[in-house]
Amino acid sequence: MNWSDYSRFVGDIFGAPLAVEALLAFFMESTFLGLWIFTWKMVSPKLHVVFIWLVTFASSISAFWILAANSFMQHPTGYTIKNGRAIMNNFGALLTNAQLWYEFSHVIAGAITMGGMILAGLSAFQLLKRKNSETSFYKKSIKIGLVITLFGSLAVLMAGDLQMKALVKEQPMKFAAAEGEYDDTTDPAALTLVAWANENQHKRVFGVEMPYVLSILAYDKLSGSIQGMNHINKQLVKRYGQRNYYPPVNTLFWSFRIMAGFGMLMLLVAILGLFFTRKKNQLLYRQKWMLWVLGLCTFAPFLANTAGWLVTELGRYPWTVYGLFTIKQSVSPNVSVTSLLISNIVYFLLFSGLAVTMIGLVIRELKKGPDYEEKRLQEEQRSSADPFDKGAFE
Amino acid sequence: MSSLQLLWFILIGVLFAGFFFLEGFDFGVGMSLQTLAHNEKEKDQLVATIGPVWDGNEVWLITAGGAMFASYPFWYSALFSGYYLVLFIILIGLIVRGVSFEFRQKVAPERKNFWNWMLASGSFIVPFFFGILFISMIQGMPLDAKGNMSAGFTDYINLFSLVGGIALTLLSYLHGLNYIALKTIGPIRERAKNYAKFLYGILYVGLVAFAVLLYFRTDFFKLHLLSTLLLLIVIVILTVIANVGVIKNMELLAFSASGLTLISLVTLLFTGLFPRLMISSITTKYDLLITNASSSPYTLRVMSYIALTFLPFVLAYIAWTYYIFRKRIRHDRFTEY
Repeated sequence: MNWSDYSRFVGDIFGAPLAVEALLAFFMESTFLGLWIFTWKMVSPKLHVVFIWLVTFASSISAFWILAANSFMQHPTGYTIKNGRAIMNNFGALLTNAQLWYEFSHVIAGAITMGGMILAGLSAFQLLKRKNSETSFYKKSIKIGLVITLFGSLAVLMAGDLQMKALVKEQPMKFAAAEGEYDDTTDPAALTLVAWANENQHKRVFGVEMPYVLSILAYDKLSGSIQGMNHINKQLVKRYGQRNYYPPVNTLFWSFRIMAGFGMLMLLVAILGLFFTRKKNQLLYRQKWMLWVLGLCTFAPFLANTAGWLVTELGRYPWTVYGLFTIKQSVSPNVSVTSLLISNIVYFLLFSGLAVTMIGLVIRELKKGPDYEEKRLQEEQRSSADPFDKGAFE
Repeated sequence: MSSLQLLWFILIGVLFAGFFFLEGFDFGVGMSLQTLAHNEKEKDQLVATIGPVWDGNEVWLITAGGAMFASYPFWYSALFSGYYLVLFIILIGLIVRGVSFEFRQKVAPERKNFWNWMLASGSFIVPFFFGILFISMIQGMPLDAKGNMSAGFTDYINLFSLVGGIALTLLSYLHGLNYIALKTIGPIRERAKNYAKFLYGILYVGLVAFAVLLYFRTDFFKLHLLSTLLLLIVIVILTVIANVGVIKNMELLAFSASGLTLISLVTLLFTGLFPRLMISSITTKYDLLITNASSSPYTLRVMSYIALTFLPFVLAYIAWTYYIFRKRIRHDRFTEY
């Protein structure tokens, strides 16, 4: 809504996946979700489960199409520039964009991890709260959650690794900023664990390093150096013209660490959690502090996913479409700062309110326990006539 | 003008028409929640009539927006930035309304009424501001050579656009009442019809005002005399049919007629605009046209293949959903708290 010049520039390409997403994914998702919620005991259990699988499928292809649009912004393919607009000349190239497949695997794996972690984390809270006689359900659900988290976070890790290796070549500035490297690194390159940068002077203030690791992460070998931002900035100036190409380094550096850190934490929690819930040694259920850690991990995927998107999007600075179109060129000239300010304040307040309500509702639902829905359905069944009975409708 | 450009202009029109037909009664049901229902039991009954479908009905709007972006990026840019605050209000309305369906059923009983109000007010706000948007748009907006609109308050809010906003809200409300009469068993069914009988009287006044203002405030009669007149007559006839349907207890007829009224209204707006997409009040040279605002032929062709392949499936499962939920909702299914 406030990117009109951007929309004019990329609409020919960017709009297509959005429209396809709405047509293929949104319709299916919303229709079958409605069917799934409201047809329990109206249709056969087999058909009922098909409904929710279709919702899952639709959500996944929804991610695919929106990421197809985003991947074009990260790594434009299949276009020509005509009269100052990007024109699509190969729809297939939009879908075979390597960036899309990295992003898609990363996002889907991240979503699966989130699902597993929420399940495991909320089950952990219930195990803390409930009496022994009520815990068998949550002992099952916590295991399912942990298994999902395990596979999900492993997949995230692999997809993320591939994505970062591509980044070294495609968007070196983003990579260097996420690692906080201003100068070209030594060969082999060390990974910086924590650091703080002086963004005005383009200098690192302090940093703690781990030798070799960055070379391994970037090139899968014990040697190879990484270009620093100062070096890359000069190259970009030569290629695209005089401009500031430094992204917000500290934000990127720390977002990346929050993402990767919580990602690793979830993997660790999943491994240890499964280890301590095996039949021989069920330490997890006896140690309250362990359950607390697991419960608090419910918030980890939210932080990790958000931080990950910050890296992807902020790291593209100063571009909206990498190498083609800048943020400055993209904005709507006719949407005033006041409009933007008002709308953003309202969005912020509204979504904060909704988040609080949602957390309250989750707690409320959890208190009802696992049998609540079944009881409600039985009551409903008793109080109403058979819906398939002729007298039930005209 | 290529045939694909024409196809996508029509397709966007169809998507908006589908949106107002389907989501129109959802809005009407939402408004009825706090204006027609007498108790929580009836409110639950009302929500149950649209519970499984309202979410899918909203997708018509998203798809219309997506199709507009893909096939007419210049139209999308001009409209979405030009109407930033109007669309922002619509969005807020859709958000609070959307969450209320779930929240009202899940929150503590003492908070339920708050979310009832959110649902109802969202349902009023959205069609009203869509009326404002479309009717101010057909009067012409200050669009510059680049397609950027810098409009003032009276460009958005004027007598005609207010009439348009009220008319669209009223049409949605009536469409919702007809839907309620068609989909319920219980005291609310008769009450919905009584409300409708009264409101149709007001709608006639609104339609006359609308037609008169359309004549004075737009160039529709000059450019498309025949189709404009014809569609206005169709709208009046459909309104009369719906009114008769309400009086004679022919609920399906009344509902179909009120739905077709909304479709005819969208058709009127789109045929009146043709071959323009947006009208510049500065000079006709700056009008956004079907011919100069579209995507490239290649994009339109790819999009057409995809849309024409998958649209039948989408329509089929949507139709099937309505078949599954064809039954009336009984009032005695709901228990009082």
